[in-house]
Amino acid sequence: MSTLFEKLGGEGAVDAAVDIFYRKVLADDSINQFFDNTDMEAQHAKQKSFLTMAFGGPNNYTGTDMRNAHAPLVARGLNEDHFNAVAGHLQSTLEELNVPADLVAEVMTIAGSTKDDVLNR
Amino acid sequence: MPEITYQGKTYPCAPDETVLDTLLRHGIEVPYSCCAGSCHTCMLHCLHGELTAPSQKDLKPALKSLKYFLACQCVPPQDLVVALPDDEDVYVSARLVEKTQLSPSVWRFRLETAVPVYYHAGQFLNLKNEAGWVRSYSLASLPTEDESLELHVRRVPGGQMSHWLIDNFSVGMHIEIEGPNGHCIYTEGEPERPLLMIGTGTGLAPLFGILRDALHQGHTGPIHLYHGVREPAELYLHDSLTALAQQHGNLHYHACHSCGETCTDMRAGRAADLALTEHPDLKAWRVFLCGAPEMVKQTRMKAYLAGAAMSDISADAFTAPEH
Repeated sequence: MSTLFEKLGGEGAVDAAVDIFYRKVLADDSINQFFDNTDMEAQHAKQKSFLTMAFGGPNNYTGTDMRNAHAPLVARGLNEDHFNAVAGHLQSTLEELNVPADLVAEVMTIAGSTKDDVLNR
Repeated sequence: MPEITYQGKTYPCAPDETVLDTLLRHGIEVPYSCCAGSCHTCMLHCLHGELTAPSQKDLKPALKSLKYFLACQCVPPQDLVVALPDDEDVYVSARLVEKTQLSPSVWRFRLETAVPVYYHAGQFLNLKNEAGWVRSYSLASLPTEDESLELHVRRVPGGQMSHWLIDNFSVGMHIEIEGPNGHCIYTEGEPERPLLMIGTGTGLAPLFGILRDALHQGHTGPIHLYHGVREPAELYLHDSLTALAQQHGNLHYHACHSCGETCTDMRAGRAADLALTEHPDLKAWRVFLCGAPEMVKQTRMKAYLAGAAMSDISADAFTAPEH
């Protein structure tokens, strides 16, 4: 029985998805103010960690990390609309890569499970 | 909180603070520049204590084992005793063999060392003069073709080091060099992929090396080089690049100036704007950006949004502040 991460194609799939995903996020004027672009490479690496987690891959994220990392953004107005916009870009990235619908649904469930921590609720 | 001991005095670190920040916060003057781990100006020697992996990333193995580290990248988990680098470990002496003015503001310097310096075209060196001033300069030479190390120095208004190099550093004199550093280089493989190179001012220096490296290695895909300057007279390699483009059908040299006038065989406008307008789809391209930090930052973003993969964008921003 292979894991979700393996079914998606492992790290290679993350690499394929991260450029498409981060490009969508940066091009979206409703959310890109939350993505500090002073160091794009570092930011890109963070998106890769996020995708690895959402793909069910090996990660060390805890709810507390998510809360702490996003607290300054929540203070700047990060809300559910922004969260949903990012989730939408994740979904369309996966669809663009022809990921089967049932696996997309699993990824979206994992991503959605972080919502309360991300929004510090 | 850990403490940093330097020159016999001990300074407490604030939470998440780097060694460099701790020293600067206490008014200690140590050399530094980019604060991003790339220029190596803030390299220190650890005399006692454990270093973190990020603080030694990209250092040469010999320097790692001697416990050298980058102060701007080191958030110490425990107490450290640190010192300035021993020059004999880090620097080698280089002799100036040629100094030529290429344009109203740019000079070419050719240096030679007793022991060969192994480098890739596109990397940079740190130069340290007798007064202890350290600045980074990109290599314009190609190790397989050029016997000397070639640097392009622009006279920066108010720039201490550039004025010293141009006015006081003469052929036959020696200077200390450290390096090579940097990752903005041509990598082998996939010779058919298109290359986009954008350089402003002496940001042309590393590109001149990378470009010739690519041609030397048999790159077959199109190479578009945009050199941007304000005044046409500052297109300091115009003749060499025009000649090189005539020899190599896949090389396209675009001389760009933003002085507002029209000149033949030159383009009016900013190099990055022209390059991105003419190449709106950068999917599968490799992109090289060198020059002013703001240009590099903005163009990196635009090139990425235009489809270039993050790993295919190499950049060398001028990080050293000229005082």
